[in-house]
Amino acid sequence: MSKLRKDYEKSPLWKFLTFVKGDTPLPEEDHTEEWIRNVERAEETEKTENANYIELKETDPYEDAKRFAQMSGVRVFRKIYYVLAALMCIMIIAMLIMNVAFMPRFGSDETPTNNEVAERYLADGVEETGAVNLVTGMILKYRAFDTFGETNVLFIAACSVMILLLHRESTKLSVAEGRGKKLVKKKKREDEEDVDAEQDEDVILQTIARIVVPLIFLFGLYILLNGHLSPGGGFSGGAVMGAGLILYNSAFGFRKTQRFFDETVYDVIKVGSLCLYALIIAYYLFTGANGIDPMIPLGTPGKILSSGLILPINLLVGLEVACTMYAFYALFRRGSF
Amino acid sequence: MEWLRFTIGGLCILAGLSIALIAAFGLFRFRFALNRMHAAAMNDTLGILMILLGLIIIRGAAFDSLKLGLIILFFWFASPVASHLLAGLTVETSERLDEFCEREDDERKGGGL
Repeated sequence: MSKLRKDYEKSPLWKFLTFVKGDTPLPEEDHTEEWIRNVERAEETEKTENANYIELKETDPYEDAKRFAQMSGVRVFRKIYYVLAALMCIMIIAMLIMNVAFMPRFGSDETPTNNEVAERYLADGVEETGAVNLVTGMILKYRAFDTFGETNVLFIAACSVMILLLHRESTKLSVAEGRGKKLVKKKKREDEEDVDAEQDEDVILQTIARIVVPLIFLFGLYILLNGHLSPGGGFSGGAVMGAGLILYNSAFGFRKTQRFFDETVYDVIKVGSLCLYALIIAYYLFTGANGIDPMIPLGTPGKILSSGLILPINLLVGLEVACTMYAFYALFRRGSF
Repeated sequence: MEWLRFTIGGLCILAGLSIALIAAFGLFRFRFALNRMHAAAMNDTLGILMILLGLIIIRGAAFDSLKLGLIILFFWFASPVASHLLAGLTVETSERLDEFCEREDDERKGGGL
């Protein structure tokens, strides 16, 4: 009976009738076989890659060095090395202690740090920089070039971490590798995303983060904008804002963070703030070297809108620091933004 | 009046310091991570509350007191959540969990992380 029916379903008449009725099943292409084949091919390529890797590993690149270390002459040299190292350490310690004996007494007026530079900072700092917080006035006006270097260091550190850890899915998949590998990679990627989603389902953390993250951002902005009035400034405010970003990310996951902070935003903020800072520094250097008045009103010390370009510099440094902190977190946790 | 306020504030700070001391003892004497976290969390909530409350009482109604109050609030938000996440991670990753505590269900349910 069933056999008959099966045959009947294959017959052209039945197909025609169903076509007339309009409920023809769509011609289904069977992808599973192809998929399995692709997976197998990908596994094979991986296997061959692994074999290559093992071969590479078997030829120890440090073999020559190891043989050299086992030779008798080196052993003698190593003993001498220990003795010399101890002697060097003792000599350096003795020199440092001798230097301490020549130092002036702590807190006396004649210390070299109490020179005309510090006097100038304390006496004319508020007038010349317009910043009530003299530390900010010093590092962002007198020594703005130095702070620019520090910001560059941050930028370069983030760049090198990106070189080491950043991986973009789209560029990594080449078409020539075949579709099998692509499928596998895609599947892996989806698994990763699922893991992310699973990890970030903590109700307690999310509830608290919803309350705390805006406050953290507000506080970071407060520190940034009050850098020339109260303790704080670009670096500390930026660190607070970066911590807020990291908290948001660990509570809600990468997909929600990408809505307002993905790689393009990161690039724009990071490069833009550094370039603007460089422009400001260039302007200061140009005017200072040529003896031109910078033409920037300093305002009355103690108000928010005062002290010339210190406020924008603080903002730029803060953005740079926040981006760097978040970039480190994201790159070390996931390898992309 | 002034000395009364100072005395109350001082007593609060002393209480907070003693709590911190107990927490430090617990942190080093307990052997399992969850017990240690219990001790540390006591300092993060009650110890900091008592110390900052004493400072607020001594300082009186001023802007600084408001800032100290905000610090207390932030700690009471942040510290328990951090402890919760750490505890979840410990339960998930600890290999010797059964030696130290009993669990009702055999399923390993972490706090989320």
